[in-house]
Amino acid sequence: MGKLPIGNHIRKLRFNHDEMTQQQLAEKAGVTRQTIVALEQGKYSPSLELAFRIALVFASPLEEVFFIENKEEFI
Amino acid sequence: MSYQEKKNIVSLTGTLLIFGLYCLYVFRKYSLDGLDSTDTLSFWGAFILILIPVSIVAKIVITIVFNIVYRITTKEAEPAFSDERDKLIELKSTKNSHYAFTLGFLLAMGSLVLEMPHSAMFIILISAGLLSEMVGVFTQLFLYRRGV
Repeated sequence: MGKLPIGNHIRKLRFNHDEMTQQQLAEKAGVTRQTIVALEQGKYSPSLELAFRIALVFASPLEEVFFIENKEEFI
Repeated sequence: MSYQEKKNIVSLTGTLLIFGLYCLYVFRKYSLDGLDSTDTLSFWGAFILILIPVSIVAKIVITIVFNIVYRITTKEAEPAFSDERDKLIELKSTKNSHYAFTLGFLLAMGSLVLEMPHSAMFIILISAGLLSEMVGVFTQLFLYRRGV
């Protein structure tokens, strides 16, 4: 089974939250800034725990932060 | 280029430099010619036992110097901890590193079966150690760049 391509709206959500910096988000989510960079570039799919932590920072449901790219291909 | 990529490149350069200089020093000082079987085993035993602390101390020094230079040049502190992505990449690189060393170990044992000199076995074993470290570093560089 191939890897599920997971996209995210982190950059947009950061912008909508008073232009939160990557460093600020990293500190709130408990990861390094490099991991936020990798997430935004689509180079890393986070663990479920980290995904929830990021969603909690933005006070948004998980599906509003992360989504499956080309969902129709996997249904 | 991220902190982790720079750190890996410095680590690789440091490893090759330390190993190269150590080999140069040892093989200039001692010649393997004329050593009987017992002396050969003792020589290689000492070679490995001295190489381990020398490389550990040198790596600590290199890491400290690198962090100082990184802070000065980028005006950014190095990450204070390893998060889940760092740990995942480290695990994958350790796995590849172990595969490389296991291959070298089997080759070293093969040299004994083929009744090659003891020195050949130690050279293969030490080379496998160096190669496994390089495989580990290259895996990390690849995963940090391509993503995981």
